[in-house]
Amino acid sequence: MTNHWVDIKNANVVMVMGGNAAEAHPCGFKWVTEAKAHNHAKFIVVDPRFTRSASVADFYAPIRTGTDIAFLGGVIHYLIANDKIQHEYVKAYTDASFIVREDFKFEDGLFSGYDAAKRKYDKASWMYEMGDDGYAKVDPTLENPRCVFNLMKQHYARYTPEVVSNICGTPKDAFLKVCETLATTAAPDKTLTILYALGWTQHSTGSQMIRTAAMLQLLLGNVGMAGGGVNALRGHSNIQGLTDLGLLSNLLPGYMTLPGETETDYQTYIDKRAFKPLRPGQLSYWQNYPKFHVSLMKAWFGAAATKENNWCFDWLPKLDKVYDVLQVFDLMYQGKMNGYFCQGFNPIGSFPNKAKIGGALAKLKYLVVIDPLATDTSCFWENHGEFNDVKSAEIQTEVFRLPSTCFAEENGSLTNSGRWLQWHYKGAEPPGDAKPDTDIIAGIFLKLRELYRKEGGAFPDPILNLTWPYKIPHAPSAEELAMEYNGRALEDLTDPKDPTKVILKKGQQLDGFAQLKDDGSTACGCWLFSGAWTEKGNLMARRDNSDPSGLGNTLNWAFAWPANRRVLYNRASLDPAGKPWDPKRKLIGWDGAKWGGADVPDFKLDVPPGDPMNPFIMNPEGVARLFAVDKMAEGPFPEHYEPFETPIDTNPLHPKVISNPAARVFKGDMEAFGKAKDYPYAGTTYRLTEHFHFWTKHTKLSSILQPEQFVEIGEELAKEKGIQAGDRVKVSSNRGHIKAVAVVTKRIKALQVNGKTVHHVGVPIHWGFKGVAKNGYIANTLTPFVGDANVQTPEFKSFLVDIEKEKS
Amino acid sequence: MPLQSLDITRRSATTTPSPSQRQTEEVAKLIDTTKCIGCKACQVACMEWNDTRDAIGDNHGVYDNPMDLTENSWTVMRYSEVETDRGLEWLIRKDGCMHCADPGCLKACPAPGAIVQYSNGIVDFHEENCIGCGYCIAGCPFNVPRLSKKDSKVYKCTLCSDRVAVGLEPACVKTCPTGAIVFGSKEDMAHHAEGRIADLKERGFANAGLYDPAGVGGTHVMYVLHHADQPELYHGLPKDPSISPLVSLWKGVTKPLALFGLGLTVLAGFFHYVTVGPKEVDEETESS
Repeated sequence: MTNHWVDIKNANVVMVMGGNAAEAHPCGFKWVTEAKAHNHAKFIVVDPRFTRSASVADFYAPIRTGTDIAFLGGVIHYLIANDKIQHEYVKAYTDASFIVREDFKFEDGLFSGYDAAKRKYDKASWMYEMGDDGYAKVDPTLENPRCVFNLMKQHYARYTPEVVSNICGTPKDAFLKVCETLATTAAPDKTLTILYALGWTQHSTGSQMIRTAAMLQLLLGNVGMAGGGVNALRGHSNIQGLTDLGLLSNLLPGYMTLPGETETDYQTYIDKRAFKPLRPGQLSYWQNYPKFHVSLMKAWFGAAATKENNWCFDWLPKLDKVYDVLQVFDLMYQGKMNGYFCQGFNPIGSFPNKAKIGGALAKLKYLVVIDPLATDTSCFWENHGEFNDVKSAEIQTEVFRLPSTCFAEENGSLTNSGRWLQWHYKGAEPPGDAKPDTDIIAGIFLKLRELYRKEGGAFPDPILNLTWPYKIPHAPSAEELAMEYNGRALEDLTDPKDPTKVILKKGQQLDGFAQLKDDGSTACGCWLFSGAWTEKGNLMARRDNSDPSGLGNTLNWAFAWPANRRVLYNRASLDPAGKPWDPKRKLIGWDGAKWGGADVPDFKLDVPPGDPMNPFIMNPEGVARLFAVDKMAEGPFPEHYEPFETPIDTNPLHPKVISNPAARVFKGDMEAFGKAKDYPYAGTTYRLTEHFHFWTKHTKLSSILQPEQFVEIGEELAKEKGIQAGDRVKVSSNRGHIKAVAVVTKRIKALQVNGKTVHHVGVPIHWGFKGVAKNGYIANTLTPFVGDANVQTPEFKSFLVDIEKEKS
Repeated sequence: MPLQSLDITRRSATTTPSPSQRQTEEVAKLIDTTKCIGCKACQVACMEWNDTRDAIGDNHGVYDNPMDLTENSWTVMRYSEVETDRGLEWLIRKDGCMHCADPGCLKACPAPGAIVQYSNGIVDFHEENCIGCGYCIAGCPFNVPRLSKKDSKVYKCTLCSDRVAVGLEPACVKTCPTGAIVFGSKEDMAHHAEGRIADLKERGFANAGLYDPAGVGGTHVMYVLHHADQPELYHGLPKDPSISPLVSLWKGVTKPLALFGLGLTVLAGFFHYVTVGPKEVDEETESS
């Protein structure tokens, strides 16, 4: 979230799209209720289904799954055409005035630089015109036809209400009603908050859906404002922490990145990441990358990391490609990966195309599962009749199940969607032999280190030199790990303005990442979390909910990254002269010498109002990007592409480029995509409030509330297929089938799309063949093996199915 | 056992006067159906606090589960898809005992002390006194009490009288994530409802209102409804609930006769025992 849960209460309009907050985030949803009750907020839901969120909304608009960019692009068109944008904000704080290179083009669904054979773009033309002074050229009058604003206007001119309605199936009047409501927040004293979740991320165009939402919010002047922002509601209590700590395969902690295989030179690696400002006077905060990076390497390798050996840069893996879960399981399926550690994860349920996942697991030599539960994955080799019909005798994979503790059985911090690191305490002893994950990993590490010590091996250095400073080596405590990610001084640190003044003594905990050094005198396991455990103690454990501003920014409750900041980009809540756009939402202010106020300023503290320095300090432009330059795989402006399995067989905008041209598709998977003539209905998977992923089918109470697998269809489709509520039905895709009870509902309506009637089939995911709920099929038997072009999140939300009543 | 911290004002089939030393405020639970997201957290909290567990059942083609109130599910969510002048609405109502000011169950109950009403308005079943006759079920205008097959006693929501007695809100109230269920004095709850109704009217629900039906003397569980003029839309919530005339009939004329009949049965049983001896189950019957 750019903002945080409590801040939702400050919104004037709340839009839930690409998510179902009431159902999937019922506790956080409380703040939507607060906004409605105490701020007279209007609440809008856009979704293929009339969800539990929609049941309490002021307005609901249906949409065909996978067409959100068309919808949001249409809203952008509406705002520009009807002059409903926050002009001052857009001019001052976005790249609207930046001039784009002459050779950048968009034609027939493709941007300039496309290589069809590689399904990749050469992004050289996706860049601003650069001046002789080394800075990007701008035209503050916005008259230049090549400036971002005009190119954007032209790009979305195609997205008229008629086109939107034709692609999305949203009735035109419903679409316009949403536009009108969102447009009210272009006023400087009104804000819109957008809440989304997996309904946007799980598409082959997921990242671009979120970007379109961000552009919308920028045009409305809602980013950095209390009650505004683009807010990702994370699906697991600590999934935010997982990404922050860099557990994705191409990341290092704090969103630093691993080098690619051609990046063998340390300085080149650093220079490419320490972005130089693209406009005069901009902070371009990533210029501090070397400080974050060196401090990380000092935390990992201690004295072994020296300036002379480039802080052990050579020990870091150099990636030939991104090893996301789809890639890993594809390699496994090809027999190129033969061992797998599966920690807190249920891939056979969670990943697309169960047949491929099960087949891949069966090719492993060994599988280690670290989990509190006997997951479906750990039992993938068991025959469970129709639900998991495998020939156990033919599977040679050796499975090790290491029981781990549940979150309530250990101390630690959980990072919520609002970036708050909240400390929690062990509530119960773990059952049986269950051990904390840290103990299990420590045990494996210590054994490996012993083997490397004894036997040498091909490349023992990083293992032998990894720092392991924990009091009990086989059981590192949550407290020790937290202190490690906060970071500490390895030498006495002095005040940069007065070198005689020691601000931290050797060994003391850092106050925050501003103290990090690139000379090896600081160690920090995750720069973004620095400040969470200082000499003052564990700030994540703070529980003072006093809220002097009334905006809900409780600065003494837990710790929010970065630097305890609650609303990101909060400098943008004031105009360039330092006057708040809305005095009722004054997050920060200038006191004549420095910035301060109800939030931790997201700005250089001593740079006064009126200075050319702009609020988006992480961007080298200093402003927010409406034009994403070369950051996205499929283009600088989001464009509507159909899901890989589309019920309309075409893309009405450009029939020759139907689906995301830059999405990676593995060999064999393209053939496994179904066609509308065989599988005419738009399938989509989702979660129910009664269950949590695949965990709670193991708990009795949740299983009482939703005992048995079902699928949802609208009344029209049910009538066509002769299906009644409660009948058993078979739902098939080109990859397999599931059987479940049919829920027939008025809440899923047939949509008119491009001259065709499109029906949705809703598939909740929570069932499987292990647990106390009624056994069921793995829903992801149906889903296609393709992901978002940028981050490879699988396209669980849009695929094609057929449905029929099961013959009894 | 009655709670010493709660005074009982009415007791089924009892003529002993009630205590009146202490003054208690009338309480109420207000369920705002317009804020409810149907998450069923209240169903979980209810089962957890009261230590009941319903069966893991089947899906019947709807979201409702368990499908109905049972001796183990003292509250269930009822989902109704209705088309109104606003288009489609999904009305979700938490169903359970309404804790009537004039409780039909208590009036119908022939077992002394099996059903009581506390001075704060809560209607409670004391199962140790229940004889399993099921008259309370017939007496209830909302079809709430459920007879257990296991022990032949009737169960329903207690409004967490054990929690309320020590100053806590009912478990469902405590757990509700959106604040759709609130608890307090009946007066405060009516006042809170006014604010909610004003907000709903502003949002175009012209007939929003409070459900506190006079036919049962008002209730200690009240609803805020978007369509207070059509409570039936909410899975058949009765518009004008009242106690079945059969209950008055039973209380007035039939009861002495019935009690006489009941007495005869008991006597017959006694004589049977004295003359024939205790009923014994032979081994064959037991093992089959």
